[in-house]
Amino acid sequence: MTTLFTSDHEWLRIEDDVATIGITDYAQSQLGDVVFVELPKVGRSLKKAEAAAVVESVKAASDVYAPISGDVIEVNEAITAEPAMVNSDAAGKAWFFKLKIADKSELGSLMDEAAYKAHTA
Amino acid sequence: MMLVRDDVTPLNRTPLHGLHVALGGKLVPFAGYEMPVQYATGVLREHLHTRGSAGLFDVSHMGQIKLRAKSGRVEDAALALERLVPQDIVAIAPGRQRYAQFTDEAGGILDDLMVANFGDHLFLVVNAACKAADEVHLRQHLSETCVIEPLTDRALIALQGPKAESVLARFYAEAPAMRFMDAGPHRVAGIACFVSRSGYTGEDGFELSVPAEHAEALAKDLLADSDVLPIGLGARDSLRLEAGLCLYGHDIDLTTTPVEAALEWSVQKSRRRGGARAGGFPGASGILEQFAAGAPRRRVGLRPEGRAPVREGAALFADEASSESIGKVTSGGFGPSLNAPVAMGYLPSSLAAPGTRVFAEVRGQRLPCRVAATPFVPNTYKR
Repeated sequence: MTTLFTSDHEWLRIEDDVATIGITDYAQSQLGDVVFVELPKVGRSLKKAEAAAVVESVKAASDVYAPISGDVIEVNEAITAEPAMVNSDAAGKAWFFKLKIADKSELGSLMDEAAYKAHTA
Repeated sequence: MMLVRDDVTPLNRTPLHGLHVALGGKLVPFAGYEMPVQYATGVLREHLHTRGSAGLFDVSHMGQIKLRAKSGRVEDAALALERLVPQDIVAIAPGRQRYAQFTDEAGGILDDLMVANFGDHLFLVVNAACKAADEVHLRQHLSETCVIEPLTDRALIALQGPKAESVLARFYAEAPAMRFMDAGPHRVAGIACFVSRSGYTGEDGFELSVPAEHAEALAKDLLADSDVLPIGLGARDSLRLEAGLCLYGHDIDLTTTPVEAALEWSVQKSRRRGGARAGGFPGASGILEQFAAGAPRRRVGLRPEGRAPVREGAALFADEASSESIGKVTSGGFGPSLNAPVAMGYLPSSLAAPGTRVFAEVRGQRLPCRVAATPFVPNTYKR
């Protein structure tokens, strides 16, 4: 299993042809207290860089972009029920959605953990 | 966070800037000042702490202005100020304050403010974004009969919440005797302050005008009380929204009259038709006509029926399908004390009754909302 990152502060855990996607702990700390999450519908086809989900803090709404192209096969209802989980466990339990990867070559332009750490330093 | 700056002029700092940095405040530009939007506690918990205990806010960016009549009589200063506001200022007793608006010839609102009678002069607190223009406005109209003195060497600290009285009483023994909208000069921790029992949160609380050189020490004394936490502008906004209070430049502006803004309660009978000093303020004929005949639109509270916040700028519709927008959201966000989204906006008066269902357009979807009476959270003023 590989974990990759985007410059927009999303993480992807890749296992075979499924990518589990969330926002990083850095992203949640920048957002502040999360009060609302809107997830894509299962079955939706996402193109890389397309707005896929919405995460809202008390003050503002932010888009979460699809880091790669793929079909949404599962969404995490737990975070719509309990948005605060995004703050407490962004890198783990508070994943947003899972994609069936459309094009593995798109993974090549993402960052590894070391590069992401440098990006947010 | 609305800001208008040129990215070249450095931001102003309040007398508590060093304290915000030391406390880990997240500093952002606001009205030309570097202000803390939150501390490590976070907006949500800062909001809840204020409603449950006591929150300390630096609002020194706001303008504090002394208005004194050249005659030396406060009644003359009051009569002069009545030429610029639709409120009865003459009737404000010494030691009391009142909420007011500066209006313009079109009946729109230039700013909203608090006016206190300090015995021999009036003490005004105005919005930060408007304070320069307000000073020009006062000078332009009143400098013949009044001396206008902006107090630029004073901080303004708000202490709000159910524990505010007991906290302040340790530094100003008479605090418990003050009631809502009392205002006057008092010694707090030995410092010559102006104290009012008022605020912008819907909670009981106080606002303290403090000489700049003593502000940090007093703020630290108050923060040393275990009931008090520092609160940023983020929570200040969610608190005032839950309280149904207007934010100038958003819920009220040059395009809204006090009647449209549902602020008729702040215009006393003496300034309305038939009153002892009816009219005589900018825009009076149009505003007083609205008192008599009604206004075409009205500011209302809105409760979205779902979980998604409905924010400023969202268009409002009478139903899911119509293409004609009937109004707009002017403030909106999440209300932590309600654990639900809340908003305010303008609707046609015919659709302004509480319970009316309207639709807000958010990300291309029409979200149902109900018109709701404000405040959304009951006030706890000590009247």
